[in-house]
Amino acid sequence: MALLLSVLEQGMIYGILALGVYITYKILDFPDLTVDGSFPFGAAVTVRLITMGAPAIVTLPAAFLGGALVGICTGLIHVKLKVRDLLSGIIMMTGLYTINLWVAGTGYVAIFNKETIFDNEFVNGIFPVSLGRFKTVIIIFVITMAAKYLLDWYMSTRSGFLLRAVGDNDVIVTSLGVDKGLVKIVGLSIANGLVALSGCIYAQQQRSFEISIGTGAVVIGLANVIIGTSIFKKITFLRVTSSVIIGALIYKACVALAMFAGIDANAIKLITAVLFLIILIVSMEKSGRKARLRQQGE
Amino acid sequence: MLELKGICKNYNPGSVNELCLFQDFDLTVQDGEFVSVVGSNGSGKTSMLNIICGSIDVDQGQILVNGVDIGKQKDFIRQRRIGRVYQDPSKGTCPSMTILENMSLADNKGKPYNLGRGVNKSKLEKYREMLRPLNLGLEDKMGVQVGSLSGGQRQALALLMATMTPIDFLILDEHTAALDPKTAEIIMALTDQVVKEKQVTTIMVTHNLRYAVEYGNRLIMMHEGKVILDKAGEEKVHVDTEQIMAIFNRISVECGN
Repeated sequence: MALLLSVLEQGMIYGILALGVYITYKILDFPDLTVDGSFPFGAAVTVRLITMGAPAIVTLPAAFLGGALVGICTGLIHVKLKVRDLLSGIIMMTGLYTINLWVAGTGYVAIFNKETIFDNEFVNGIFPVSLGRFKTVIIIFVITMAAKYLLDWYMSTRSGFLLRAVGDNDVIVTSLGVDKGLVKIVGLSIANGLVALSGCIYAQQQRSFEISIGTGAVVIGLANVIIGTSIFKKITFLRVTSSVIIGALIYKACVALAMFAGIDANAIKLITAVLFLIILIVSMEKSGRKARLRQQGE
Repeated sequence: MLELKGICKNYNPGSVNELCLFQDFDLTVQDGEFVSVVGSNGSGKTSMLNIICGSIDVDQGQILVNGVDIGKQKDFIRQRRIGRVYQDPSKGTCPSMTILENMSLADNKGKPYNLGRGVNKSKLEKYREMLRPLNLGLEDKMGVQVGSLSGGQRQALALLMATMTPIDFLILDEHTAALDPKTAEIIMALTDQVVKEKQVTTIMVTHNLRYAVEYGNRLIMMHEGKVILDKAGEEKVHVDTEQIMAIFNRISVECGN
C-alpha cells in the first residue's frame, strides 16, 4: 500500500513535469535541457519561501512564475541571440545549478517541521484523521488535474492555437503576421513554469531539497511523454495531456518495480537511462513498422 | 500600388560564389493587377517574392506600398497585409490541426491572438459555405486533421486561408507546381475566382506557360534578374503560349541550356 501510494504521488508529480516537457518536445519540437535546472529551481524557491515562513500555498504560484522566467531566458537566448536550441538549454541548466544553490542556501535543505501544502492548518482541518495517509495523494491529484485542465484550456485559446501552429509549421505563423520567436518564448515559459511547479510539489512531498534532484529530470520527462503518447495514440477520447500523465505513472511504476526487485538505489540513474533507451527504440520500432506498412500499401 | 525601386541583391558577397541576382531592378504593380511571372530557374522570380514578403533582405533599393517604404519592416509585420501560398502544400496549413482549427487560425489574422476561444463555433456554417464550392468534400471533414488530406485539398485550403482576411497583395509562389494536372486545373480555377471576387492585387509565379497566358491581366518574363517581357492589358490578350515559348527557347539557347 505504501509503495502504491508513493508511486501514485511521485508519478503524478512527474506527470506535471511531463506536461511541461510535452510542450517543448512534442509541440515546439525543442529539446529543452533547461528542465534539469528548472525542476530543482522550483524546489529551491519552495524551500526558501517555506524556511522564510511564507504560507505554503504561495509556493505554487511562486515556483510557476520562477520557472516561467527561466523559460523566458532560454527563449531569449535561443530566439534573440540565435543560439541553437540544445545549447540554449545546456547554458541555462549549467547556470541554474549555481542559482539554485544561492536560492536554497546550500545543496541540501530539510523542511521537516515546517508547514507545507500537505501539512498545514487548513488541509489538516478538512481531512479527517482516518484519511490521513491519503491526504498527500489527494492533494497532488487535485493540483495535477488543475494543471492538466488549465493547459487543455490554454491550448484551445487563440494564443494556444499559435503555439500548436509554430511547432507544426512556423512559416504559417509568420504568414499570420505574428512573430514566431515570441510564440516560442511563450511556449518555453509555460513549459518551464510547469516543470518548476512539479519541482515545488516534489520538494514538499519529500520534505527536503537536494541540489541533485534535477539530474536526469529531462530524461524522465521525455520517457513519460513518449510512453504516454505512444501507448495511448489510438485512444482518441483520451486527451494527450491525460496520456502524458498516465505515461508518468507507468514509468514510475516500472522504476518502483525495479527497486522492489532489489536493485541498488545508486543504480537508479543508470536504470533511468537504459529504460529510456528501450522506450525510445520500442516507440521508433512501432512508428517505423507503420511507415513500412504504409509504403507497402501504396 | 507596389513599387520595387533600384533593388540590388547579391548572394554570398565577398566569396568566390558571389552571385549578383538583381542590379537596379524596378517593377511597379498597380492595384487590381493580376500579374503572372514566368522565367527559367534562377531568373529571380521566387527571390522577388521573397524580397516583397521580407523573407530575404535586399542590399539596396526601396520596396514601396502606396508610397510607403516597407523595406525596414520585419517579415511578419509585412505579411499582415499579404496573403501567400507556397509551392509546398504543407506550408500553408498546420498538419496536426483540424480543418476547422486551421480556418479559425486564419480567420484571426489581424486580430489579437489572446486568450479568447480559438474556435468560434458560430462561424462553423460560414466556413462550410466557403468550402462547399470547392467540391472536394472538405465541408464534411471539419474535424479531420489537415495532415491526412491530399496535396490538392491542402492547397485549396491554404488558398482560402491566405485570402480569408482583407489583404493588399496575394503572392502565389508556383502554387500549382506540386499538384497533379487535374488538381492543378481546379486550384487554378479557384485562384482566378478568388482573385476576381476579392479584387486583390496578385503576383503569381508559375512554370506553366499556359496558366500565365490564360490567367491574369499582365504577363512578365524574367531572365537573370531582369524583366525581359512585360505585356499588360490589351497586349496581354493577344499573347499566346507559342510566342512565349519561342522567347523562352531563345534565351535558354543564349545561356547554353
